[in-house]
Amino acid sequence: MQDFGAAFAEAFSLIVGFDAALAEIIGLSLRVTFSAVAIACVIGLPLGALLAVGRFPGRMVLVVLVSALMGLPPVVVGLAVYLLLSSAGPLGVLQLLYTPTAMIIAQTILVTPIVAALTRQVIEDLNSEYDELLRSLGTSRIGTVATLLWDARYSLLTAALAGLGRALAEVGAVMIVGGNINHVTRVMTTAIALETSKGELALALGLGIILVCLSILINAGLMGLRRTAEQMAYA
Amino acid sequence: MPEVLAIDFGEENVPSPAIRLDGLVLERGGKAVIDGLSLDLGPSGVTAFMGPNGAGKSLTLRLIAGLIAPTAGTIHFAKGRPLPQQIALVFQKPVLLRRSVRANLDHALKTFGMARRERPARVAELLALGQLEALADRPARVLSGGEQQRVAMVRALAASPKYLLLDEPTASLDPQATAAIEALVMRAAADGVRVILVTHEAGQAQRLADDICFLHKGRLLEAAPAALFFQAPKSAEARAYLAGDLLL
Repeated sequence: MQDFGAAFAEAFSLIVGFDAALAEIIGLSLRVTFSAVAIACVIGLPLGALLAVGRFPGRMVLVVLVSALMGLPPVVVGLAVYLLLSSAGPLGVLQLLYTPTAMIIAQTILVTPIVAALTRQVIEDLNSEYDELLRSLGTSRIGTVATLLWDARYSLLTAALAGLGRALAEVGAVMIVGGNINHVTRVMTTAIALETSKGELALALGLGIILVCLSILINAGLMGLRRTAEQMAYA
Repeated sequence: MPEVLAIDFGEENVPSPAIRLDGLVLERGGKAVIDGLSLDLGPSGVTAFMGPNGAGKSLTLRLIAGLIAPTAGTIHFAKGRPLPQQIALVFQKPVLLRRSVRANLDHALKTFGMARRERPARVAELLALGQLEALADRPARVLSGGEQQRVAMVRALAASPKYLLLDEPTASLDPQATAAIEALVMRAAADGVRVILVTHEAGQAQRLADDICFLHKGRLLEAAPAALFFQAPKSAEARAYLAGDLLL
């Protein structure tokens, strides 16, 4: 118990003292996570909306596939990206393995199905309300998707949040493709895993506390934004 | 071949129909909800579709709007199928985007292909038409039911349509809000817009409509000038409906 107490105390001193190593790890974590979620949104939002309003052969297969991919095991994604980016792999020439870019790629693959599947649900619901109006106005398919995405923007924050939660907490894939290299690819989750295995509980705890706080803060901020939008009748 | 009912405009100069519905059938779940509907609608004025619930009034409106396709039969427009902006539809429950009143109107104009620089002036005209200037920048969905329906009405009139289809536009509105909507309908009709109105309110039909089409169980039973219809309905169903005895 004494060790735990000391570890907590040291963890807080690291946080309060704004430890440089800690800041570097947090910075990289946020960069990788937000980049991956941003890219996943760019792909997943229109993909989900198209699945919601599109009527084409194979649509249901795609819907099931995207939903199934929400539960992709991160280590499997890590392994796949590793094989893709390793020097013997098809994209080995890009020399991306063990770089933050490789981590962003892996996380994007993990987050995109989540964003797309949740977007499909949100857009499908909104489309059932807007469908007759938009068709009576003669709105094109692309115009319909754009209108639905814009009008569902606050509801879609939930999709982005779910993706953010997954990316921020993810450890398996980024460990495999990033390698947890100090000052290069070490992020909060991989650092926690490493420091814990080394028995360095202070840094692990400090990072753990910050990770939880960040997650709460981001969620609270976005939920607050959505609530405000709802009160303003924009959501 | 079903008989084509047409409004009796008098002995001479029967106008050529603007819209001809020919043997329309619409089946849902193997049952005909529109059953051989044939009707000629003249080029101007206000036609009210009346009838009890389940008569097929709203479905007929949606067929004319092109939102649903008939199982059989045809809809013929004198000058060809109008463009979406030429045939406007207003729903009983206004469907407004999660945007400001101004943005709702701008969205419709943008969809109709109006250039960005031309839109603000037209939006201002529409706001004035609906007496919505003071509400222009408020979220459309926080407005009262009457205000929301006014937004939907002026949005429908955004591109000066040839046809205005109204599906019980005042069903859930108070008398004051109803009067405002009726004023917009009358103004549109006076401007030459061909109005087709679905309503349950005999008073509204008498105030607005030039002629009445009475439907029952998917069939058109009467098509007559409004005064004649209310004075002496021909069918027993219409008489029962006007007496409040025919609910389905």
